[in-house]
Amino acid sequence: MSKIHITTTVNGDPAEFLASPGMTLLDALRDELGLTGAKEGCGSGDCGACSVMLDGRLVCSCLVLAPEVEGCRVETIEGMAQGGQLHPLQQKFLEHAALQCGFCTPGLLVAAKALLDAHPDPTEVEARYWLAGNLCRCTGYDKIIRAVMDAAAELRQERAA
Amino acid sequence: MSETLDKPTVLNVVGTRPIRPDGADKVTGRATYGADYNMPGQLVGRILRSPHAHARIVSIDASRARALPGVKAVVTSADFPDLASEMHDGGEAASNLRDLSLNVMARGKVLYDGHAVAAVAAVSAAVAEEALSRIKVIYETLPHVIDVEPAMSPDAPVLHDHMFTEGLETPPTTASNIAKRHKNVRGDVDAAFATADVIVEDRYVTQAVHQGYIEPQACVAAWAEDGRCEVWSSSQGQFMVRTYCAKVLGLEISDIRVTPAEIGGGFGGKTTVYLEPVALALSRASGHPVKMVMTREDVFRATGPTSGAVMHVKLGALSDGTITAATVELKFQAGAFPGSPVGAACMTALACYDIANFTIVGWDVVTNTPKTAAYRAPGAPIAAFAVESAVDDLARKLGMDPIALREKNAVRDGTKAAYGPTFQNIGYLETLAAIRDSDHYKSPLKPNQGRGVAVGFWFNVGGESTAAIHISEDGSAAVVTGNPDIGGSRASMAMMAAETLGVPVERVRPMIGDTASIGYSMLTGGSRTTFATGMAVVQAAEKVILDLRQRVAKLWEVSVDHVVWRMGQAECIDPAKPDKKPMTLAALAAQSGRTGGPISAQVTLNAQGAGPGFAVHVCDLEVDPETGHTSVVRYTAAQDVGRAIHPSYVEGQIQGGVAQGVGWALNEAYIFDRDGRMENAGFLDYRMPVASDLPMLDTIMIEVPNPKHPFGAKGVGEVPIVPPLAAVANAMRGAIGLRMSSLPLSPPAVLAALDSRKG
Repeated sequence: MSKIHITTTVNGDPAEFLASPGMTLLDALRDELGLTGAKEGCGSGDCGACSVMLDGRLVCSCLVLAPEVEGCRVETIEGMAQGGQLHPLQQKFLEHAALQCGFCTPGLLVAAKALLDAHPDPTEVEARYWLAGNLCRCTGYDKIIRAVMDAAAELRQERAA
Repeated sequence: MSETLDKPTVLNVVGTRPIRPDGADKVTGRATYGADYNMPGQLVGRILRSPHAHARIVSIDASRARALPGVKAVVTSADFPDLASEMHDGGEAASNLRDLSLNVMARGKVLYDGHAVAAVAAVSAAVAEEALSRIKVIYETLPHVIDVEPAMSPDAPVLHDHMFTEGLETPPTTASNIAKRHKNVRGDVDAAFATADVIVEDRYVTQAVHQGYIEPQACVAAWAEDGRCEVWSSSQGQFMVRTYCAKVLGLEISDIRVTPAEIGGGFGGKTTVYLEPVALALSRASGHPVKMVMTREDVFRATGPTSGAVMHVKLGALSDGTITAATVELKFQAGAFPGSPVGAACMTALACYDIANFTIVGWDVVTNTPKTAAYRAPGAPIAAFAVESAVDDLARKLGMDPIALREKNAVRDGTKAAYGPTFQNIGYLETLAAIRDSDHYKSPLKPNQGRGVAVGFWFNVGGESTAAIHISEDGSAAVVTGNPDIGGSRASMAMMAAETLGVPVERVRPMIGDTASIGYSMLTGGSRTTFATGMAVVQAAEKVILDLRQRVAKLWEVSVDHVVWRMGQAECIDPAKPDKKPMTLAALAAQSGRTGGPISAQVTLNAQGAGPGFAVHVCDLEVDPETGHTSVVRYTAAQDVGRAIHPSYVEGQIQGGVAQGVGWALNEAYIFDRDGRMENAGFLDYRMPVASDLPMLDTIMIEVPNPKHPFGAKGVGEVPIVPPLAAVANAMRGAIGLRMSSLPLSPPAVLAALDSRKG
C-alpha cells in the first residue's frame, strides 16, 4: 500500500513525513519524527501516556490516524519547555516529586497543561476528573494533584503580575 | 591504618528534598525507556501466542511465513536448548530455569492463553503481523483449570506429568497440580483453641491481579557474527537479564552485555524475562538487531500477575484480647509453573503478632493462567487480607478497639517472629500509636461511611551490590551503581554520596551502569536498593575519603590520623602543624595527578541486616447504597521507614502502594471465560485507580533507625501495599455491617451484599 505524504506543524515547526494509511499519530511522532516523549502504554486510549494537543484539543495520539493531522497543529511534551526554561508545570512536578518511574509523566503534563489553559483556577475535584484519563501506577496521584494545583496558583500569579 | 571517619552529627543532605537528578529528562520526554531505543538496521519482532488455555502442540508449520518477502527469521522452541531443571536465585525469588525457558517459548504444550509458541522478525510490523497469521499451529486442546481449589482436586487436568507435591510427610506417587506444601507450626494449637474464650473464622478469596506498570516490556537485541550480544531493555535488573538470556539460550555470560533502559514501572513484574531471549534468538537467526515491544494485551495475557487465592483463617483469643491460637491455610495460584509467593505469604501472615500457638499451611498450585511474577511484597497483601479481616472480626466480637487489640498482641524488640528470627529495632508499636493518635482516627464518620484499620509486614532484603565513585578534576563525583532506578533511587544514591563526601548534592551525578561497566548487583527488588546499594555507595565514598586523607597526610607530612575530613575538606588536627590550611575536594581533585593519580573507589558487598517494614493503615469508605459504588474518602498510612533519605520519595512509595492496594481491593481482577481465555486484557476492563477515584493519601513516617545502615534506612517500597486490601475490606464491614470476604469489592458485589442484608 502506498504511503501518504503528510505536512503538519509540530511544536511550531513545519514537519512532513510519509505515513501508511493505518499509521497512528503516536507511531508517526515516535518512529517518523523521532519524538519519543509520547509513550504507548495501551494503544487503546485508556492510559493517556500518548497525550498530545491536536489543534488545541487534548487527544490520545494512539487513537488518531497520522493522515488525519495533515495541515494541523500538533503539540507534544517536547515543546513544553521554552528557551531552555521548564514550564511551571514541569518545575512543580519536580519540586513536588510528582513522578516516580516517569513513564506517564509526559502525558500527564500535556493533559495538565490543557487543563490549566482551559481552566486556570480548577478545584481539586476538577483536576482529578480532568486527569482521570491519565493512568499513573506509581504515585497514587497525590503529589501529581498537588503539583498541578501549585502550578495553577503560580501561573495565575504570573498572569496577574 | 585508621579507618575512623568523622560521621556528620548533623545531616545536611539526608532528610532534605532536593530535585531528583534525572528529573529534567523525565519531565521533558527526553528520558529513554525500553521502547525509545533503536539500533540501525533493526527488524521488528512479534510473538505468536496460544489461543488455548491448555493444549498439546501437534505441529508448527512456518513455511508460509518464511516465504513472505521481508520475513527474516522465525523461531520456535526448536531454536532454544531443552534445559534441565535447575533453580536460580535471582534476588526477589528463586526461579527454575527450565520453567523460565518453557515460559519464554512453549515446548510440546501450551499452558495458558497467551503462551508464546513462535516468533518472527521482519522488516516492518505489518510484515511481521502478516507472517504470524501464516504460521500454522495444530493444537490438540486439553481440559484446563483456572481456579486454585479446582486445580487441587484429584480429578483436575494435570499440567505437568512430572510434578509431584513437595513438602508432604508421605511423598505422593501420582502427579498433581500441587507443587509444594509449606508448613510452619508453633505450640499446641488445638489445646489453645479448646481454652479460647472467643473464636472467629472465615474463608477468604482473592483474584489474580496485575502489577499494572504503564510501560509494556520492550527490548532491542543484537547478535554479532563473533557471538557477542548486546541487549538494551527495560527491566528491574540488567544482570538478571544477562543471566537469564545466557541460561535460556545456552550462551556464555561474557558474551552478553545488557544496558538498562529507563524503566516505566515494574513493581516486581520486571524481575524476569519474556522478550529478551526471543529477540536474541531472532537476531541470531536473522543476522540483524531485533526490537520487540509488547502490546498491553500481551502484558496482561503473558506477564505477571500475582496469585489468586483461597484462604481459611481461624483465630482464638482470651476475653482480655490475648490471641492464643491461629490456624491459617493459604492456597495460591502459581500460574502455569510452580512458584507462587505462598511461601512468603506463610512467613508474613502472622508476622505482626506474638502468638504462642499456630499452624500455617500454604499450597503452591499450578493453573492454566500466566506464570505469576513478583508483585510488591509478593504474597503478603493476600495473606494480610485474610488475617487482618479476621483480626477485625475478633476485635468486634471482643468489643475491643482494633488498634488496642493489635497493640496487645504486637511483636516488639525481642519477640521471636512467627517465621523464625528475633525482631530488633522495629518501629511497629510507634506506628500503631501514630494511627491511634491521628486526627483521622479520632474523626467522626458520616452516614454510609465505614472505617477500617489493618497492619502489614514485609521483610525487606539486602544482598549483593556494587557501587563506584569517580571524582572529576573539578571535585564533582560520578556515582555508578548497577540498580535500575524505578522510583527515584538515583536521588537517594546521590544524596548519600553527597552527605558522606560533604559536597552539595548537585555536585554528584548518579549513573546506572551496563553489565560491563559496573560490578554485579542483584536486581532492584525486595526494597533493597536504598539500603544495600546505598550502603555500597556510602562505603565507596568513605574509601574515597580515606584515600584523600592519605594523600593529604603525605603532602602535609603528618600522620593520616591527624587529617580529618569535615564538610568536604581535609583539615589538619596535628598540634605541631597549626599552619596547614584546609584543602577542599575540588583542590585535591585538581592536583590528583601529583598525589597518586585519579581519585576513584569501588565497593562490592553483600549487605546484611535489612530492617523489616511495618505499616498501619486507616481507611474511610463511603458506599452508595443505590449502586454499590464505593469511594475512598480518607486514607492515612503510617510506616516505620528507618530513616527517610528523601522524604518525598518515601511518601511517594507509601502513596503508590496504597493506590495499588485500593485498586486490588475494589476493582482489579483477572476475568476468564469458560475456555480459560482472559476476558479483560486491557485498561478499560481491567480497572486500575485513576485520579478521580482517590483522595489525597496522607502519610506518617516513623523513623526508628536501622543501625545496620549508615543513615538508618529501611526498605520502604513494598510494605505499603500489604495493609490496604484489609483496610478497605474492614472499612466496608463498618459501612455496610457485613463482612465481605471475597475480593474485589466491586459495585455488583457490594450491591449483592446489600441485597442479602435486606433479605
